[in-house]
Amino acid sequence: METAWVALALTLKVAGWATAINLVLGVAVGYALSRWRFVGRDVIDALLTLPMVLPPTVLGYYLLVVLGRHGAVGQWLKEHFGIQLIFTWQGAVIAASIVAFPLVFKAARAAFENVEPTLEQAARVLGLSELAVFFRVTLPLAWRGIMSGTLLAFARATGEFGATLMVAGSIAGETQTLSIAVYEAVQAGQDQTAHFLVLVTSISCMAILLGAGYLAPGRVAGQANRGWR
Amino acid sequence: MRWQVQVQRRLGHAGSVFELDIAFQSDAQRLVLFGPSGAGKTQTLMMMAGLNTPSQGRVVFQDQVVFDSQQSINLAARQRGLGYVFQDYALFPHLTVRQNIGFALKQGLQNPSLAHEDSSVAHWTQVFQLQAVSELYPEQLSGGQRQRTALARALVAKPRALLLDEPFAAMDRPLRQRLREELLQLQTELALPMVLITHDEEDVQAFAQQVIQVDKGRVISDANPYD
Repeated sequence: METAWVALALTLKVAGWATAINLVLGVAVGYALSRWRFVGRDVIDALLTLPMVLPPTVLGYYLLVVLGRHGAVGQWLKEHFGIQLIFTWQGAVIAASIVAFPLVFKAARAAFENVEPTLEQAARVLGLSELAVFFRVTLPLAWRGIMSGTLLAFARATGEFGATLMVAGSIAGETQTLSIAVYEAVQAGQDQTAHFLVLVTSISCMAILLGAGYLAPGRVAGQANRGWR
Repeated sequence: MRWQVQVQRRLGHAGSVFELDIAFQSDAQRLVLFGPSGAGKTQTLMMMAGLNTPSQGRVVFQDQVVFDSQQSINLAARQRGLGYVFQDYALFPHLTVRQNIGFALKQGLQNPSLAHEDSSVAHWTQVFQLQAVSELYPEQLSGGQRQRTALARALVAKPRALLLDEPFAAMDRPLRQRLREELLQLQTELALPMVLITHDEEDVQAFAQQVIQVDKGRVISDANPYD
């Protein structure tokens, strides 16, 4: 039982950080891609969506190559700051962030594209700066879409297995998240622990899905509007 | 001269090219741009407001150059001090009527709160008889109430002139007539210069001191109906 709670706490910590990072980056990137037309926009969109379709182990491998002891970023971090990301919970955060990122930025981009441009123009004519237009009109109107993407990203980060295992390993109490703990328990023949872990995971994911469904835009016409208030 | 407008812009629309080349001057308090839809009226109005940039030209309002392509002058919409009523009113759907009306009074990064009280908001709410609906959201309003809210929102910002894009297009006939009279009365009382665009001849007759007729991106006649 002890293992399960430690793993659950770690999972929430890793998924929470990954989601917070994705919320900021995903909103920024989604906004940029929805508003600015530039050469190579489609290529960038495809590149950023790649983590959604690539096998997590492939992503994990890329991360090892980049962040590992001989990787460009890994070496630089080690030399200048003495930081090592491989086999740490911070490494797990990076893996989970990258895997879940497309869910946030895709949702944010679609939500921003759905905001009526005349509403932003109305705000400009009324004297608002571009920053104020963003925070007072664009973001509130796109918020529901962004939140539903963010909740899905949280769920995805919670369930991350492949990339996390390759980058952070399976150190109990340090990098052993729920999904990895399940795998370890089954491998070790600890059926009781596995049962309990699976139950905890299923219940948390169900709660997240219900939340995401409630926030999804356009679920029922008039009902969706109520989220603004 | 109140308005000196000379704007040019090429707009490509899937194969066909639309060339806007509009020039007029006006001293009228109530100027109407009249023409069929697709004539370039809205484009012109947006260029006057700073919501759209001409590729070439010059826009002067009351001796202030707000746009000049040769001198590279292009004041942002928020610096021009003009009010704009959009064809679909563009009310903020996430804010109540009162928050919409008070929108311009808060210039920071936060919208006016639900409880936001202000004397000019109260004044315009009363003038347009919106007290009963001030806590409602735009989607809960009738067409006439929406238009009044949009007018109040623009007037609270104390604009130097009011630009109106087809303000009566979405309304049935009786309502259109009533609101036309209201607008005329408002204009006279405030002595606020207005520019209105329409495709409806009745709007021209009821409202215009000067009418600029526009078709296919060109001015085809410029007349004072009272001459």
